[in-house]
Amino acid sequence: MLRIDGVYKVFNPGTVNQKTALRNVSLTMKEGDFITLIGGNGAGKSTLLNCIAGVYGVDKGSINIAEVDVTKLTEYKRAAFLGRVFQDPMMGTASDMILEENLALALRRGKARGLRWGISNKEREVYRELLSHLGLGLEHRLNVKVKLLSGGQRQAITLLMATLNKPKVLLLDEHTAALDPKTASIVLDLTERLIHENGLTTLMVTHNMRDAIRYGNRLIMMHDGRIFLDIQGEEKKKLTVEELLARFGSASGQEFSYDRALLS
Amino acid sequence: MVEVVKGALSLGLLWAIMTIGVYITYRILSIADLTVEGSITLGAAIAAHAISSGMNPYLGTLIALFGGMAAGLCTGLLHTKLKIPALLSGILTMIALYSINLRVMGKANISLLRMENVYTVFENMGLEPTWATITLGAMSVLVIVCLLYWFFGTELGCAIRATGNNPYMVRAQGINTNTMIIIGLIISNGLVSLGGALIAQNQNFSDIGMGTGSIVIGLASVIIGEVLFGKRNFFMRLLSLVFGAITYRIIIAFVLKLGMHSNDLKLFTAITVAIALALPMIKDFVNPPKISIGEGEQDA
Repeated sequence: MLRIDGVYKVFNPGTVNQKTALRNVSLTMKEGDFITLIGGNGAGKSTLLNCIAGVYGVDKGSINIAEVDVTKLTEYKRAAFLGRVFQDPMMGTASDMILEENLALALRRGKARGLRWGISNKEREVYRELLSHLGLGLEHRLNVKVKLLSGGQRQAITLLMATLNKPKVLLLDEHTAALDPKTASIVLDLTERLIHENGLTTLMVTHNMRDAIRYGNRLIMMHDGRIFLDIQGEEKKKLTVEELLARFGSASGQEFSYDRALLS
Repeated sequence: MVEVVKGALSLGLLWAIMTIGVYITYRILSIADLTVEGSITLGAAIAAHAISSGMNPYLGTLIALFGGMAAGLCTGLLHTKLKIPALLSGILTMIALYSINLRVMGKANISLLRMENVYTVFENMGLEPTWATITLGAMSVLVIVCLLYWFFGTELGCAIRATGNNPYMVRAQGINTNTMIIIGLIISNGLVSLGGALIAQNQNFSDIGMGTGSIVIGLASVIIGEVLFGKRNFFMRLLSLVFGAITYRIIIAFVLKLGMHSNDLKLFTAITVAIALALPMIKDFVNPPKISIGEGEQDA
């Protein structure tokens, strides 16, 4: 479903601030894979996601989504294949627009926008139904401006928006990092349910080792722009935090020193 | 007194068209677009040249609309394709239009006295000139408000509104934000130019300097409209712009009547807009928001 081949990404080339964010990263995702991607600050997790989404172009290598070479496509063109949820709850929705308008924008992802009315009555029923499944009481608030909703509610809406028009790949960029622990766990459970119900191929970046182990069928750890660990199947199911730390140490030759990951 | 209000109403309706154009860039796209200073004059210049060379005034006004749309396209391309900041893109087009407007008119001003214009039809029906302006102005404004209400409710219109609100989200939904910005600028400057064409025919002349400060007048009208007439839903918002533009004209008419020199008008308008934009801050300063501190939170 997603194939990344030998991707390099260098920021600020030719200056003193030159930084190689991705070094020869290759990754193939099968349909239905749910990968959790973990690593310290500056490991290249978000850069990888942004390269897949087309926010940045890559300097070398290629990216294929559903057998289509998207390496040269712009961000908005790739959006036809991708559902995305960002770390910042403010980023996934248009705050001055009402809830149903946001959903309607997402339903038409990847389609040409014409002069038909922006929302049909039929859609409204679908939205109400889908929102009621979230269990946040949002089905009665279709006409509320999104800026009046909480961060957790907005992230849940962004998730729903990302999955409304079933994407080839769902990209989650630490989408619970800005939420309080209780809300984060609600949103994570919702994430898992939506992925399961829709059979979505998912790449989820997280800082939290326990979440990385608990969710998904495959775990990837990045460090210094490279993929260091790729654990899947039975092995992934039996994985513990201690073992993950030990394996990271022996693979990279250094200790995994990231306080947020250790404390969580 | 009645004459003053009537005059302000007629002028306000014409400026309302321009105000709606300013609203589209300033509020919907979140861009302060200075192109309008040039495109309002462009509209006046095109209409004046067309009419003085014997063209049908309605056709001349229509060409003025297209001229403004082209100006908006220029700013849009400078901003999105060449990545020049929006404010500077607008300034560049505005300055370029100064020369273009002189070219269009061939001189610094054209008089349209005793020539047939868009209002003549209504005057021939027996209306006095001010009422003719009010009639045509109100009809134009009504058509534009209805068209825009419909347009910004369509899929395309929703995408443009979202672009001004959160471009990241819009790109993630597969929408080309550059195209949306360009469309918005085209519509906005087309309206401003149309307004300019109607204003020139109302005052019976077109002048190279008539655009100076028009962005501030537009902003003043937008803000007055929002403050006085609320912003409940989109239709009301559009109507509030019309009322805002009329109210602005009434205020100006009264300060002139009270003895303010007309040379000081732009200073007066600028100060009014500055105060209006600073209102939220002034409010907080005069009446700071009260924060209640619970017992447990207080320092011992």
